[in-house]
Amino acid sequence: MISRSRIGRPLLYTSYGSDMGLFNTLSKKVSVALLILVALALPLILEDKWLSLLAICCVAAIGAIGLGLVTGYAGQVSLGHAFFLGIGAYTSAVISGDPDRRLLGLGITEVLIWLPAAGLVALLAGVLVAPLAARLRGLYLAIVTLGLVFIGQHIFGEWDALTGGTGQGRPPAKLELFGYDLSATDSAGSRDQKLFWVMALLLIVFALAARNIARSKVGRAFNAIRDRDIAAGVIGVNLARYKTVAFAISSFYAGCAGALLYTIIGWIEPSAFSLLLSVQYIAMVLIGGAGTISGAIAGAFFITLLPTLTRMLQPLIPFVSAEQTRIPNIFQVETILYGALIIAFLIFEPRGLFGLWIRVRTYWKTWPFSY
Amino acid sequence: MVELIEAVIRGLGRGSVYALLALGFVIIFKATRVISFAQPAFMLAGVVMVTYLVGPLGFWGALAVATILTGLLALGVERTAVRPMVGRPAFVVAIITLGVDIVVRVIVNAFIGINVRQVGDPWGLSTFNLGAVSVEKRHVAVLVVAALLVAGLFAYFRYTRMGLAMRAASYDQETALAQGVSVGSVFAVSWAMAGGLAAVAGTFAATGESVDGLMWLIALTALPVIILGGLDSLAGAVIGGLIVGVLQEIVASYQSSMPWLGGNVSIITPYVVMLLVLLIRPYGLFGTREVERV
Repeated sequence: MISRSRIGRPLLYTSYGSDMGLFNTLSKKVSVALLILVALALPLILEDKWLSLLAICCVAAIGAIGLGLVTGYAGQVSLGHAFFLGIGAYTSAVISGDPDRRLLGLGITEVLIWLPAAGLVALLAGVLVAPLAARLRGLYLAIVTLGLVFIGQHIFGEWDALTGGTGQGRPPAKLELFGYDLSATDSAGSRDQKLFWVMALLLIVFALAARNIARSKVGRAFNAIRDRDIAAGVIGVNLARYKTVAFAISSFYAGCAGALLYTIIGWIEPSAFSLLLSVQYIAMVLIGGAGTISGAIAGAFFITLLPTLTRMLQPLIPFVSAEQTRIPNIFQVETILYGALIIAFLIFEPRGLFGLWIRVRTYWKTWPFSY
Repeated sequence: MVELIEAVIRGLGRGSVYALLALGFVIIFKATRVISFAQPAFMLAGVVMVTYLVGPLGFWGALAVATILTGLLALGVERTAVRPMVGRPAFVVAIITLGVDIVVRVIVNAFIGINVRQVGDPWGLSTFNLGAVSVEKRHVAVLVVAALLVAGLFAYFRYTRMGLAMRAASYDQETALAQGVSVGSVFAVSWAMAGGLAAVAGTFAATGESVDGLMWLIALTALPVIILGGLDSLAGAVIGGLIVGVLQEIVASYQSSMPWLGGNVSIITPYVVMLLVLLIRPYGLFGTREVERV
C-alpha cells in the first residue's frame, strides 16, 4: 500500500530507512533497472564504432564519479585529476607490459591484479597530496592541484623507460580475465561488444560503490565539509581525516579509470595528461550536476560524445569547415563549445543536467499548474 | 660567476613579466575574491593585437592601443560572464573564467594562424656589455617598464579616489557599498586593469621571439607566483614574480649539470617552489591569514 501511494510523490519518505536507501525512490529503482537492461542489450543493436565510444563514456563516467566525490560531495576543488588518471594508466601498463621490451613491464596481464593496483598506486599518490589539501582551502587548493598536473606532465614526458617519451608513447595494459582475452574478437562477440559489456559492468559496480559511500557516514561528513568546513569541524567531523579520505577515494577512481580508458583507446601518449583533460573532467562533473552520482555519469557521457555530435552536425552549419587548415573549422568550434557550455550551465542551470531533469519532473508533477 | 649574474639578469626580465601578470591576478582577487583563469587568454589577445597594430602604429603606439583594447575586452567579459555570478561561490566563478579562457584562446589562436608573427619591438636580441657581463636590452626594458607600472599602480591605489574605493571594497564589499562606493565599477576597473597588465606582460614576454599559442603557459606560471606571494598581496605579487623568474633562469642555466631531472625542468620549477612554500606557509609569503566566522 505504502509503496503504491508513493508513485508520483518522489520526495515522500515514510521511514528513515527508505530515505537513506540505496534507491530511495521507486522511480529510481525502475529507471536504473531499465537503464541496465538497455545497456546489456545495446551491443546487440549498435554498430561497433558506437560501442567503443560508449565504452569510453562508461570509463570516463568512472573517473567523473571519482572527481564528483571530492569536488561535488566534499567540495574540495581538484584540477589534478589528469595526474591521477595518468598514474593509473602507467601503473597498469607497467604491470601488464612485456618484460622483454625497452619499456618497463612485469608481464602480469590479469585484470584482477592490474586494475586494483592502478587504483591503489593512484590512491597512494592522492594520500601524499592530501596533507597539503587538508591545510589549504578553495582556490589555493585548485592552484596546487593545477601544479600537480604540470609536475606530472614533466615526469611522464621525461621518464622514457616508463612512458616511452613524448610523441612516442607505449601500449596500455592488456585486458585479460583468468587468461581469457576480453579485448579480442572471438565467438562470444566482437572486441567492442565485449569491451562495452565489461566497462558497463564496471561502471555499475563503481557507481553503486560511490552511491553507498555518499549515503553513509563518510558521505555525510563530505557534505558537511562542503557546506561549511569550520562548522563541520566544530560538530566533530575530523577534517584532516575526511579530506584525506575524499582525495584517496577520488584518486582510486581516477587510477582505475585511467587504466581502463587506455585499454580501449589502445595507446598511451604522455602529453594526453594535460590541464585540458582535467578541465574536461571538471566540466563533466559541473555540467552533469555537482554532488550527484547520476549527474556525473550523465555529464561524462555528454562531454565524451560531444566531439562526435559536433562532427555529425557539421554538415548543417555551412560556414564551418571540416578541414583543420581552414578557419573557422570544426575543431575550433568543438573547443569553444566546451568553454561556452561550462559558462552557460554555470550561469543558467547550476545544477547541471541533473537540474534539467528536476525541472522536467517538477513540471509534470505539478501539471497542469505551473507551480 | 658571470654565468650566474647573467642568469639573474635574465631572471629579473622574466620575473618582471610574471610580476605584471601576477599583479593582474591579485587585483582581480582583491576586488572580487576570485582567481581569474582568463588572464592567459587576455595576455594572448593583447600580444596578437600588438602584432597586427605594430605595422601602422609602431611598437609603443601598438602597445598602448592593444593595452586599452584588451582592457575593454576584459571589461566586456566581466560584464557578460562574471557579473551575473556575484554572490556565488568563488570556485564556480573561477571555473567560468576557465571557460572564458578556452573560448577566447581558440579565437585568438585563429588570428595567430600559421605565419610567424612578431611584436616588432626595437630591441630584438641585441645586447650591451657591462664589464664581462652581457645583458640583453629587452630584459632591461621590461624591468624598467614593470617598475614604472608598479610604481604607478601603487600611487594609484594610494592617492586616487578610485584607488581608495578599490582598497575599501577589498576589505569589505558591503561596508564599502554602505559608504557610497560603487562596488560594480570597482569590479569593472579591476578587470580592465588586469586585462591591460596582461597585454603589456605578454608583449614583453614576446620581445625577441615569435608569438605562438603556447605562450599562454607563461601566464599560468603567474599562478604559482601569486600563491607564493600570497593571493591578496600586491607587493607579494611583485616580489614573488621576481623570485620565481630568477630561480627559473638559474635552474635553466644549471640544469645540464643535473641530467637526471630531465630536460626543461625549469618549466616546473615554479610549481615545485610553490608546493614547498605552501608546506611551510599555507598563505604564501605575504598573504594574510584568513579569519572566518561560522
